[in-house]
Amino acid sequence: MTQYVALLYYDRNQYWDSPPEREFHSEYMEFARRATEAGVMRGGEALHPVTMSTTITVSGGKGGDVLLVDGPYAEAKEVLGGYFLLEAADLDEAIAWAAQNPGAWRGKIELRPIAPIHA
Amino acid sequence: MNAADTLVEVLRSEGLRVLATLARTVGDLAVAEDALSEATITALDAWPRTGIPDNPRAWLAVVARHKALDLLRRESARSAKETAAFRWGTEAAPDQIEEAIEAMEPETSLPDDMLRLIFTCCHPALGREAQVALSLRTLARLEVPAIARAFLVPETTMAKRLVRARSKIATARIPYAIPSDAELPGRLAAVLAVVYLIATEAHAPTGGGAVARIDLEAEAIRLARLLAGLMPDEPETLSLLALLLLTSARTSARTSADGNPVTLADQDRTRWNRAAIAEGSVWLSEAVNRSGGVAGSYQIQAHLAAAHSTAPSWQETDWDRIIGLYDLLGSITANPVVALNRAIAVTERDGPEAGLAVLKTIVGLEYSHLWHAALADNLRRLGRTSDAAGELHTAVTLAPSQAEQRLLQDRLRAVRSELR
Repeated sequence: MTQYVALLYYDRNQYWDSPPEREFHSEYMEFARRATEAGVMRGGEALHPVTMSTTITVSGGKGGDVLLVDGPYAEAKEVLGGYFLLEAADLDEAIAWAAQNPGAWRGKIELRPIAPIHA
Repeated sequence: MNAADTLVEVLRSEGLRVLATLARTVGDLAVAEDALSEATITALDAWPRTGIPDNPRAWLAVVARHKALDLLRRESARSAKETAAFRWGTEAAPDQIEEAIEAMEPETSLPDDMLRLIFTCCHPALGREAQVALSLRTLARLEVPAIARAFLVPETTMAKRLVRARSKIATARIPYAIPSDAELPGRLAAVLAVVYLIATEAHAPTGGGAVARIDLEAEAIRLARLLAGLMPDEPETLSLLALLLLTSARTSARTSADGNPVTLADQDRTRWNRAAIAEGSVWLSEAVNRSGGVAGSYQIQAHLAAAHSTAPSWQETDWDRIIGLYDLLGSITANPVVALNRAIAVTERDGPEAGLAVLKTIVGLEYSHLWHAALADNLRRLGRTSDAAGELHTAVTLAPSQAEQRLLQDRLRAVRSELR
């Protein structure tokens, strides 16, 4: 089995928390319920809008000055709005699940295989 | 101060104190602000009839607490999940918060509450614009339209900026806390920078025609006084207050009768505010006493302002001292504007040849009208009138405000008349 993170991207003006998008929330919940029952969903959350972001850089290497920016790392028209962690046998199965998530038609979903880090 | 002014002043200074404690108790700056706003409206209605109460803070605190309770009850009618997302630190249930508000003792930790509020409004996870807007609204208790006018932005823009800032405080959980000793220097520097920026904005309005907006300067001094009162052991806090007072002493002399800016060299020094200079000097010596021999950037700037304020005339200014102070300032902040001001002092002490040579070594001010104006001044003194006119022409095109454009155009006309 391979774990994939499904990254949900939205147009800034069609973000999941905007009032017209809220009517789709029950569909996300429905997706999460079915994927959990199937043993595919291993986690996932929505993210507050990028206006709530803080970007952090430590300048001059470890222990250096912590520099903060009020906002996202990169200003973009399309922004990350949430993620699901999916466990599937292969990419085709992960795609089949992602295609059922409203994020795939309200925005775009990027599937990234997880590179496990073992301590 | 007339009765209406007294009322507004009481509401502003006491309002801040009530807000500081209420925000901690409620755990939500937006709710505390709304509650205080409603209490203020009630006071504005009641006090002109009844007179200002003997203890206006207690009066405001009681009314604001009731308003906060109303707001929280209305809010708890919303979904629990939604409400939980708008709380600071504690996960207290609405009824626990109600109990805390009922038991609220406004005086116990007031200075700490005010410091918490200050450090929250100037938290580095908020952009400078948000910090400035919050400082003027939340700390200085100015109304949104007044802040919007001062920064030449539409009222809706300023209102949105404030809503987003408060929302980020709640959503991203910016803590309502005084920074640890390790963090304090950096965090205090951010607070002082906000106050300094407000004062600078008062002196150099971009775009508009007015030379100075007194109200922003007064607000910066008000905030600096608040900080000096709360952090009397921090020398840079005292130095900032000194600097702002010393600079403000020259405000009325900075503008001519016809509304044009007047440079320091040409100002009528009898119009300087001697009381502000005296008070600024007292705060500066207090800062020196507490700084243990290590002068921070605001202290050096305050010394510079004091050196000018105590000089009988531009010609009789102690340029050795000024240059020495700029050298010191330049050693802690690599800032081309500091280098520019130092070069102007070099011209006065050693003549235009030396001043010009120093100016030409400065990198990074190619787009500053001040640098081109300084070049022009030295060139004119050296008799290179045509070169001076060229530099002034560039300076006019780069000047950020109409007032400065007018000043430079007048100079350009004067130089061109020497050409003929």
